[in-house]
Amino acid sequence: MTVAEQTLNLHIQAPGPNKGLRKATSWSRRAPLLPALIFMFIITQLPFVATLIISFVQWNALRPDLERHFTFNNYTTVLSDPDFRSSIMFTIVLTVVVVLVSLLFGLGFALLLNKPFRGRAAVRTMLITPFLIVPVASALLWKHALLNPAYGMFNSVLTMVWKIFGSDNPPQPDWITAHPRLSVEAALIWQWTPFMMLILLAGLQSQPGDTLEAARVDGATNWQIFRTMTLPHLRRYLELGGLLGSIYVIQNFDAVFTITSGSQGTANLPYSVYNIFFTAHDYGQASAAGVLVVIGSILIATFALRTVSSLFKEDAR
Amino acid sequence: MSSTIAAPAPSAPSSATSKPAAARPRTRKPPWVGLAAWVLGIFFVAPAIWMLWLSFHTESDAAANPPKFTAPLTIEGYRDFFGSGSASPWPALLNSLTASLISTLIVLVLAFPAAYALSIRPVKKWSDVLFFFLSTKMLPVVAGLLPIYLISKNAHLLDNIWLLIFIYASMNLPIAVWMMRSFLIEVPTEMLEAAALDGARVPTIMARVIAPVVAPGIAATSLICFIFSWNELLFSKVLTAVVAQTAPVFLTGFITSQGLFLAKVCAAATIISIPVLAAGFAAQDKLVQGLSLGAVK
Repeated sequence: MTVAEQTLNLHIQAPGPNKGLRKATSWSRRAPLLPALIFMFIITQLPFVATLIISFVQWNALRPDLERHFTFNNYTTVLSDPDFRSSIMFTIVLTVVVVLVSLLFGLGFALLLNKPFRGRAAVRTMLITPFLIVPVASALLWKHALLNPAYGMFNSVLTMVWKIFGSDNPPQPDWITAHPRLSVEAALIWQWTPFMMLILLAGLQSQPGDTLEAARVDGATNWQIFRTMTLPHLRRYLELGGLLGSIYVIQNFDAVFTITSGSQGTANLPYSVYNIFFTAHDYGQASAAGVLVVIGSILIATFALRTVSSLFKEDAR
Repeated sequence: MSSTIAAPAPSAPSSATSKPAAARPRTRKPPWVGLAAWVLGIFFVAPAIWMLWLSFHTESDAAANPPKFTAPLTIEGYRDFFGSGSASPWPALLNSLTASLISTLIVLVLAFPAAYALSIRPVKKWSDVLFFFLSTKMLPVVAGLLPIYLISKNAHLLDNIWLLIFIYASMNLPIAVWMMRSFLIEVPTEMLEAAALDGARVPTIMARVIAPVVAPGIAATSLICFIFSWNELLFSKVLTAVVAQTAPVFLTGFITSQGLFLAKVCAAATIISIPVLAAGFAAQDKLVQGLSLGAVK
């Protein structure tokens, strides 16, 4: 912020008192920004306006005989649909579980990686790998190579372990059928833990070392240092990780689509909207659902923006 | 604790050169930390290793339960994925590459001047503009999907890679603006003043003075935009069909089981992840800054 203000002052003084000149400079300031701004406005804002309008129109592509007219029915239909309500609930559960567990794992890994040990760079690289596997590929990996009841890694390992103890009768659960929600959550936690770890590790490394040293010299225990110094320092980073993670996980489509195809109560909001639009071809209802998703996101986004802006001000100080 | 007090002796001379923090020995390091980190790291990365390992097996060995650790390695899975029988993945891989590279290029061309106008020579209300960019990232993509589909359908743009290119550009532009801005505010003011005094015009300053200084930042931004474009599924699933389908859409063909196909699936997942793994490892130290939109350095 201060840097920006300095340059701002610098340039305000430069043009001098001439009014016309100042106007010209303010346009020359804006010019580099305009292409990006206009581009974003056209591609991201106009479609939302269209969605909002369509959400009030009765419009099913499979029923061209029905007259298109203004209606509130899309909203009442969508909101009274038990499947849609269940998808709202699952979206919340999925987001909360994935974000909290990934934060917890990420914190653990970050604390370990913040200590010096042999091969730290290698371990760090290993830990970020899940985040760098294409999401669809990662979902396929979980569905076929890990959770498959006949040949998945989990059941293979169970067989192996049982064999070591001389048993030929290992449990071979059908993970996805028995725990569909847990399967999707596990795959996403695996994918998002590295993200949280990286943000929290950056937070840990920004903690001034000399104050920690001073506390240690004063005889504080590791736990005391963690609870009274590290954790408060990490608070912003935890919030940032949590909120950014929520933004991405709430929109997740790949894992749900791939692992369970939204069956057995694992349809989340993006999947439901996709389904209403692509399978049922009810454009009016899909738009109404989309608008509801936007309203929900705005609530979260308000908090997210506030957190990012506070972090960003702190950073610039 | 005792080690902290005892150890400074050997480094005593360097403490005289006013670098006490660096000269001080590292704090106590219990041996279990390294061990725990290694064990947990291996445990955590195991599914990815498993994927790589299975991809080099024959179908029957890959589906063995319990696993056969002594089974011979083969590239049959890869050969199977790239040719024989099923449709070739090359067009999809090429589409992904085109969409990711061109959209990243568009993002850079738009984001660099925008970041300049939000940092070095800021417009009024620059922080509002910055947050407008961020807010577009928080709106769920599904809500804009339908109108984009309908408009492209009427404009005969469905199954056209250019449509995806522009959508991916809009998806990544906010990230790039935020990231680039965080690099641009670190450009020393003196350099810009000197260039301005020499009579350099704004585009010249951008290209000749700023760009070389923030080159590593531009590279990191590109890598992150590339990763996000390469990974995207929902839009390409809805907006493309045969001609313009991308690699993730191609992968969705493996959702339903097709007999013994585990090695092939693992080979496919590995091949399609390689560009992202390469880009991600290359951008490792800038990854956080990019993912947190420049809020964390």
